Amino acid sequence: MRYSGLKVITEGLFGNKGWKPAWRDPAPKAEYDAIIIGGGGHGLSTAYYLAKNHGLTNIAVLEKGYLGSGNIGRNTTIVRANYFLQGNSEFYSHSMKLWEGLEIDLNYNVMHSQRGLINLFHSDGQRDAFVRRGNSMINQGDDAILLDREGVREMLPYLDFEQTRFPIYGGLYHPRGGTARHDAVAWGYARAADKRGVDLIQNCEVTGVDIENGRVTGVQTTRGAIKARKVGIVVAGRSSQVAAMAGMRLPIESHILQAFVTEGLKPVIDHVVSFGMGHFYISQSDKGGLVFGGDLDFYASYASRGNLPMVEHVMEAGMTLMPMIGRAKVLRSWGGIMDMSPDGSPIIDKTHVDGLFIDCGWNYGGFKAVPASGWCMAHLMATGESHPVAARFKLNRFATGHILDEEGTGSQHNLH
Amino acid sequence: MRLTCPLCGERDRREFYYYGSEDYLNRPAPDAAPQAWDDYLHNRDNPAGVTRDLWYHDMGCSSWLVVTRNTVTHDILAVEAVADRKGGAA
Repeated sequence: MRYSGLKVITEGLFGNKGWKPAWRDPAPKAEYDAIIIGGGGHGLSTAYYLAKNHGLTNIAVLEKGYLGSGNIGRNTTIVRANYFLQGNSEFYSHSMKLWEGLEIDLNYNVMHSQRGLINLFHSDGQRDAFVRRGNSMINQGDDAILLDREGVREMLPYLDFEQTRFPIYGGLYHPRGGTARHDAVAWGYARAADKRGVDLIQNCEVTGVDIENGRVTGVQTTRGAIKARKVGIVVAGRSSQVAAMAGMRLPIESHILQAFVTEGLKPVIDHVVSFGMGHFYISQSDKGGLVFGGDLDFYASYASRGNLPMVEHVMEAGMTLMPMIGRAKVLRSWGGIMDMSPDGSPIIDKTHVDGLFIDCGWNYGGFKAVPASGWCMAHLMATGESHPVAARFKLNRFATGHILDEEGTGSQHNLH
Repeated sequence: MRLTCPLCGERDRREFYYYGSEDYLNRPAPDAAPQAWDDYLHNRDNPAGVTRDLWYHDMGCSSWLVVTRNTVTHDILAVEAVADRKGGAA
C-alpha cells in the first residue's frame, strides 16, 4: 500500500478501515542469502539497501525484541553533518544527502526537519577551532555559517548571554542540521525493506554464530537454526556479546547516556542548540516537549538508566544556558547503551570470519548515521569491499594506528 | 551509585574517576607482540553482568581501586585497593 495525501483523505472518509499492517510477520525460513542481526535503525537500513541497491531480497533481519526497540527509539533525534576529520566528514555528508531524500525514497514521513543546528562557542580559541571545523564542512560540500554574538542573539534571544563562566561569543550555524522522528525512521525502513521482500523476524534472539572452517554458515536463535552465507552484526550496545559468539573481543565498551524530555510546550526553541562547554544540547520535538541531554555517565553500563550526578549536571547546564526552561517540568528521563569505541568513531568492516561483517561503535552519535551506515554496510556485505565513504572505519585501526579521533582527546576507552 | 572505599568508607560516585577495565592492570612486557598491546589498550570483554574495573578516588584518598560491580543492575559487589592486591601497586 502506497501512502499519500489522497490515501489519508479517502481513508478518513470511509472510517479508516482500509489500513493494513505496515509489514508482514513471517516465520523464519531455514536459509537466507544474508542475515542481519539487529532490527534497529542501522540493521533495518542495511537490509533495505541490500535489497534496493544490491538486489538481495532473500534476506532476514533478526531482532530479539520488537523492531526499533533499542537506541533508534530512545535517542535525541539529531541529524547533522558537521564533522572535521577526513574519514568522518565524507561519511556524514553522504548520510545527510540520504536524509534529504529519505521520505520520498521510503514513501514514509520521517518528519525530517532541517531547522538548523547551532554549536555555541565561548572564547577566542574555541571560535578559531569552530572556524576550522566550519571550513572543513564547507570543503566537504556541506554548509556552515559563523555567527557572532549578535548573530546568535538574533536567532536565540532567550540564551543567557551575560553568564560569567561561559559568555557566549558566537556560534557555528549548520542550516541543514536538524531533527527527525526517530521511531518513524525505524518504521519507514522496516516497511520499505519488507515491501522489497526482506523478512523482519521479531522476538528472535541470536544465541550462537555457526562457523565452519573459518567461514560463517548461519546462526542459532531462540526460533531455531537459520543458515546463511553472509551475516551482519548490527547490534549497537550489545556488540560485544554477539561478537563473542564468533570468538571476537571488540574494541568496544558499552556506556550509559541519559536524555530527558519535558512536558509539551508551545514552540519556543526553533533550532537544535548545542552548548559543548556545559555538555548540554537541546531541541523541541514536534509534540512540544523539550528534548535534551548531556554527556555520558562515564562508567561501563548496560542498565538503560543512569545515575543522579549526571541528571543534576545536565539540569545545571541547561539552566546556565537558558534560564527560561527552569519552569518546564521534566516528564521522563532514560538511558541508552552506547557502543563506545576508543577513538569515538564507528566500525563498518569484515571480521576474521569469512562472510561475517560488523557495524558498531556508533558511540553517542548513531542516529544521524542510520542511512549511510546501512548504505555502507550493505555495500560491504554485497561486494566484500568497503564503501569509499566508510573506508576508514576499520576494525583493526587501533592496532595499526589509523585512528579517527574527531575530538582530539586520544584513543582510550574513557575519553570519548 | 556509591562506592565503599577501603580507606575512606562509603562515598558518593562523584568522588571517583572511572578509568576502565581491570585489563589495565595486566600490562604486557615491553617486548610483547603488538597483538598483546592492542588487547591491553583497546579490546575488552565488556560484560553485561559482573565486571571488574579500575576507579581512582580522586576527591578522597587518591587510591586506585578495583571495583567488582554489575553493569546491568549497578550493584557494587566489592571494592579493593590495587595496592593491597597480590603483587602490590600497579
